[in-house]
Amino acid sequence: MTDRTQLLQEALSSRILILDGAMGTMIQRLKFTETDFRGEQFKNITNDIKGNNDILAITQPQAIVDIHKEYLAAGADIIETNTFNATSISQSDYNMEDIVYDLNVACAKVARKAADEFSALTPNKPRFVAGVLGPTSRTASLSPDVNDPAFRNVNFDQLVESYKEATKGLIDGGADIILIETIFDTLNAKAAIFAVKMAFDEMNIELPIMISGTITDASGRTLSGQTAEAFWYSVRHANPISVGFNCALGAKDLRQHIVSLSKIADTAVSAHPNAGLPNEMGEYDESPEIMTAQLKEWAQSGLYNIVGGCCGTTPDHIKEIAEAVSGIAPRQIPHIEPQMRLSGLEPFKVI
Amino acid sequence: MTKRSGVFINIGERTNVTGSAKFKNLILNGEFDQALDVARSQVEAGAQIIDINMDEAMLDSQAAMVKFLNLIASEPDISRVPIMIDSSKWSVIEAGLKCVQGKSVVNSISLKEGEENFISQAKLIKRYGAATVVMAFDEKGQADTLARKYDICERSYKILTEKVGFSPEDIIFDPNVFAVATGIEEHNNYGVDFIEATRKITDNLPHCHVSGGVSNVSFSFRGNNPVREAMHSVFLYHAIQAGMDMGIVNAGMMTVYSQIPDELRERVEDVILNRRDDATDRLLEIADKYKGVQGEIKKEDLEWRKQSVEARLSHALVKGITAFIDEDTEEARQKFDRPIEVIEGPLMDGMNVVGDLFGSGQMFLPQVVKSARVMKQSVAYLLPFIDEEKEDHAAPSSNGKILMATVKGDVHDIGKNIVGVVLQCNNYQVIDMGVMVSCDDILQKARDEKVDIIGLSGLITPSLEEMCTVAGEMERLGMDTPLLIGGATTSKIHTAVKIAPNYNGPLVYVLDASRAVGVVGQLLGSSTKQGFTTQVAADYKEMRLKYESRNKKDNQITINQARANHFKIKWKGYVPEKPSVIGLKTFEDYNLGDLVETIDWTPFFRTWELAGNYPKILTDKVVGKSARDLFNDAEIMLQKIVDEKWLLAKAVIGFWDANSVGDDVELYSDDSHSKTIDTVHFLRQQMKKRTGKANMCLADFIAPKDTGIKDYMGGFAVTAGIGIEEKLELFKGQHDDYNDILLKALADRLAESFAEHLHYKVRTDYWGYAVGENLNNQELIKEKYRGIRPAPGYPACPDHTEKEGLFSLLNARQNTAIELTESMAMLPTSSVSGYYFGHPESQYFGLGKISKDQVADYAVRKNKELNIMERWLAPNLAYERK
Repeated sequence: MTDRTQLLQEALSSRILILDGAMGTMIQRLKFTETDFRGEQFKNITNDIKGNNDILAITQPQAIVDIHKEYLAAGADIIETNTFNATSISQSDYNMEDIVYDLNVACAKVARKAADEFSALTPNKPRFVAGVLGPTSRTASLSPDVNDPAFRNVNFDQLVESYKEATKGLIDGGADIILIETIFDTLNAKAAIFAVKMAFDEMNIELPIMISGTITDASGRTLSGQTAEAFWYSVRHANPISVGFNCALGAKDLRQHIVSLSKIADTAVSAHPNAGLPNEMGEYDESPEIMTAQLKEWAQSGLYNIVGGCCGTTPDHIKEIAEAVSGIAPRQIPHIEPQMRLSGLEPFKVI
Repeated sequence: MTKRSGVFINIGERTNVTGSAKFKNLILNGEFDQALDVARSQVEAGAQIIDINMDEAMLDSQAAMVKFLNLIASEPDISRVPIMIDSSKWSVIEAGLKCVQGKSVVNSISLKEGEENFISQAKLIKRYGAATVVMAFDEKGQADTLARKYDICERSYKILTEKVGFSPEDIIFDPNVFAVATGIEEHNNYGVDFIEATRKITDNLPHCHVSGGVSNVSFSFRGNNPVREAMHSVFLYHAIQAGMDMGIVNAGMMTVYSQIPDELRERVEDVILNRRDDATDRLLEIADKYKGVQGEIKKEDLEWRKQSVEARLSHALVKGITAFIDEDTEEARQKFDRPIEVIEGPLMDGMNVVGDLFGSGQMFLPQVVKSARVMKQSVAYLLPFIDEEKEDHAAPSSNGKILMATVKGDVHDIGKNIVGVVLQCNNYQVIDMGVMVSCDDILQKARDEKVDIIGLSGLITPSLEEMCTVAGEMERLGMDTPLLIGGATTSKIHTAVKIAPNYNGPLVYVLDASRAVGVVGQLLGSSTKQGFTTQVAADYKEMRLKYESRNKKDNQITINQARANHFKIKWKGYVPEKPSVIGLKTFEDYNLGDLVETIDWTPFFRTWELAGNYPKILTDKVVGKSARDLFNDAEIMLQKIVDEKWLLAKAVIGFWDANSVGDDVELYSDDSHSKTIDTVHFLRQQMKKRTGKANMCLADFIAPKDTGIKDYMGGFAVTAGIGIEEKLELFKGQHDDYNDILLKALADRLAESFAEHLHYKVRTDYWGYAVGENLNNQELIKEKYRGIRPAPGYPACPDHTEKEGLFSLLNARQNTAIELTESMAMLPTSSVSGYYFGHPESQYFGLGKISKDQVADYAVRKNKELNIMERWLAPNLAYERK
C-alpha cells in the first residue's frame, strides 16, 4: 500500500469525503473557441475538436488547474481528472486516438498540481486525485443494430486495450485512485476492471479503485438492464475502495438506489448525483440549497461515505454540501456474510 | 464448517448441446431464435441459473457461444438470471466470460492438466469476476473413490484460497456422479462415494458448494423413467442431506421422495446406498412393474343438475362444489354473447349471495373459501376466451384493486391468503405478492399497478419493524394509498403507537378476514372514506396519548434490582435427573400417524375464524355445522397426509450439561462442566413486582454454576412441513385456496403436535424425569406436566436471534432441513423450535417490557451492537429507541 492510499483510507474511516462537481459545466462558462481548443499543439489538425474537453489539459492547462482549484477551495477531498473521454475508443471520434496516453498523463498532472497546492495549504486535509475512466462511447452488451442483436461495435478485448492505455497514463501522471465511473454497461466496467488490474501488474503498483455506476431512468436499472444489487455483485471482484452511483438522476430519484447499495456493499459507498433533472432547456438547475438539503438527509441516514456532484453541479454546490455534511459521521460499513452472490440482470444468492 | 442449508439450486440444462438433442439441432441449423425460446422457457419454468454448452464437434463452439450469449444479452427475460458458461475448452470459456455483464459461473476447471494451468485459469476467472465449478479431476484422472474425490477437492480448495486468493464461497465442487447398478461390482459404491465425499467437503472446506450431474447415476436404467426418477430422487435426498446444494437436474425427471412406493424406494435405496450385494438384481426384479402408473377419478349425479345453467352455477358457488364447474362454465359461455358476461352475470350473482350470507353471519369462512375456489376455477376456464376477444380487453369491473404481501423476512401467509380470498369474493381485485416481499417491491408494484389499498401481513415480531419501515417509506415517497396492517403479532395498539406515526395516509389495523371487507369498503367508498379515515386516525391518536401517559409512569426497576429479585429455587439437595441421551438425537421421517391423536384442534378452528373450543365447537348452535364440515374435510385430508406421506416430519433434540451464570446458561461439552460449548442468553422481567413475586428469567430454572450442581438443559427443532410445497403448487394450479389453506393449517397442527409428542417422550424417556407420567390429551394441552419447552421469539424469551445459536447447537438445518429467514422465521412454516427445562418449578411467563440497562447488558453478552438488539427486541422495549 502506498502512503497516499493509507492517508486516503484513514480519511475515509474518519469522515465523509467530498468529491468535486461537474467539469463540463465549468468549461462551458469559459466559452472557448475552436482556436482555443486547438491551442499551439493542434493548430494544424484537419477536423474540428471543439467540445473535446479533455484536450484542454494540454492546450489550456491553466484553465483546468483553476477549475480544479475552485473545487478544492470549495472543500473537495478528491478531484476527478478531466478524462471522461480520454480513451482511444472515445478519442477516435476526433481522430486523436494516438495521443491518448499523453492526454491522460497531462490531465492527471494538472489535477496533481492543484491537489498538491491545496494539500500543502491544509495538511490536515490531504487532497487526492482520482483518475477517471469514463464509459466510452460504445457498449459491449448492446447491439447498435436493432436488426442484428448479436452484433457488437466494440468487444471486451478492445475495451481492455483502450482502458489499459488510459490507466497507465493516469498512473504515470500521478493519480492516487482509479475511478471507473458513469457505468451504464457493466460489461464495459468489467473490461475496465480487467484492464486496470493488468496495468497494476505490469507497472508493479496497486492503487485503490472506485466504481460508480449509472441508473439511467425510473426503471431503476442501468442502461444494460441491471438492478443496483446485480450491478454490485458483477463488479465486487474489483475489491474497490468504494462503489456508488452518479449522473443521470437527481438526488431525489437516486436515493433508493444508494439505499440498496448501502445495505449490501461491504465497502464505502459514494454518490454524486446531477443537479436535478434537466429542465426544458436541457440544463440542470437544481440549486445548491435544494440539492444539499437532500444529500444532508442521506448523510444523517448513514447512506454514504463519499459525496459529490455530477452534471450541472458547481463549486457552490460542493461548498454547500461540504459544509452541510461536515461533522456527520460517515456510513458504517456493514459486515456481509460470505455467500455466493451471482447475477444476471437481477441478483441471485446461493446460501 | 460449512452450513448445510438444505437449499438446492437447480441448474437448467436444456441449453446444453451435449444434454439436449433438440437444442443441438437448433444450433447446428442456425435456428438461434428457437434456441432462445428454449432458454426463455427454461427461465420461465423456474431455472435459477442456466447452463450453456456448445461443445459439439460439428460446431465452431467458440463462435456459437459468443453469438448465443450476445443474443441472450438482448433478452431481458432470459438474461435476468446468472449464466453458467460450460465447456471443456478453456478458450470457449474465456470467450464466454467476455460476453456477460453479470457474475456468472464457469463450468469447469480442474487439476487435470496440472497445477500451473489450474492456477492461471483460476486467476483469470477471478479477474473476470466469476464463480467456478471445480471437477474432482487431477493429473492422474477423474476421481472415483471417496478418498480421491475428497483429496482432489481439498487440494484444489487450498490452491484456490491460498495461492490464487479465490473466495471460497465462489467455489463449487463437482465430485463426479457416476452410474451405479451397471452390473460391474466396482461401480456399486459410486453413489455412496459421491454422497460421502460431499459430506466430507461440506464439513471440512468452509463456504464452498457441491454440485453434480444427477442423471448420470441412473444411466443403466435408460428406458425406464419411473425407476430413473426414483433413483434421482433417492440420490438427491441423501446427497442434499450430505450438503449438495446445486445440481443439473431435469425437473421433469424427478419424483417426490416421499411419494415413491415403499417397495421401489427400498430397493432403489439399497442400490444408491450400496446396502446389499444383490441390490442391483433386486431392483431389476421389480423395475418393469413400475414402467407406467396412473390414477382415476369418479363422478356422481345429483338432482340440482337438472336446473338451468345459471342456477347450477349459483348452486355450485354457494355450496362450494367444483365437480362440474368446467362443463357448466362452458355451457354458460356458449349461452352468453361474450365470456365476460358469464363472470359479470351468474358468477357475480352467486358470489353476491355468498358475500351476503357471510356478511350476515349465516355462512362461515371455510364455506366462503370453498365458494371462492369454484369462482376461481370458473374464471380460469374463461380467461383464455376473454383474452381471445381482441377488440375489447376490458376486465370485469371490480370494486377496487388491493395489493397484499407478507413482509420481508416473514413466511407466514395463511391469514393473508384468507383475507385475499374473502376480498375476492366481494369483487375486489387482489394482487397477492406472496411471502418475504421487500418494501421496495411492494411499493413499486403498488405504483405500477395503481392499487387502491396496500395490505401488509406478518406473524413474527421482527415483521412489526418491517411494517414500520414500509409505512415510513410510503410517507417519504409522498404516497397516500391506504395501508392495512394485519397478522398474528400485529395489534391495534401497536399499529396506533408504532406504525401510524410513520405515515400520514390512511392506516388501519384489521383484526381478521371478516373485518377486512368492511374496512376496505369504507376506505374505498367515496362517501365514507373521509369520515372513516378521520375517525380511525382520531382513535389511534387517542390510543397513542393514553399509551404515552401510561408510559410516563415508571413501572420499571433496574436490571440489578430485578436480578436481586430473581426466582428462588432451593438448590441445596436438588439432584437433577441425567438425560438418558446426551448430545443429539434425530428423528428422520417420523410416523405422522403417531401425531394425529395429540393434535390441539382449537387453534385450527381459530385459523378459520370459527370461535369456540374443540370438541364443543362441533355441536355449537351457530357454527357447529360449519365446524363439522370443516373437521370432516380435515380428517379426510389428514388421512391422506398420513397414508400417502404428503408431508415428511423430522426432528432433532439435544441435551447438554448446563449451569446458569447470571441470566445466561452455559452449556458444556462434558460432565466436568469445564469446557463451554455455547452460551444461551436469556432476558429478565423488569417490571415492578408485588412483594413475593419474582422477576423471572428462564436462567433461574437452571442450577447456578456456583452451587456446584451439575444440571442439564435441552433443545429441539421439529418440522412437519417438508414436502408441502409440491402439494401447495398443485392446489395453486387448481385455483384451490380451500385445500391450500387446509393443508397449511393441518401441517401447522401436526408440527405443534409433534413438538408436544416429543416433549412427552422427552419427559418420560429421553430425559426421563417423569417416567410414570400419565395425562390425557386435555391435561396435556393445559400443560399439567413437569418441565417447559419455551421457544425463542415467544413471550418468555422473545429474542428471535437466539434461534441461530439453538439451530447450530442442534445442527438443525442439516438434521431437520428447517431454514431461518433473515427475520428468523422458520421455513417450512410448520416448524417449532425451543428449549427444554426440566426443573419441577420451571414455568412459562411473559417477559414484558425491559429497560435500556438490560438491553445494553444483553447486547454486550451477545456481542452485538446495541441498536441491532434494540431493533430485534423493539416490541419489548420500555423506552423509545433512537
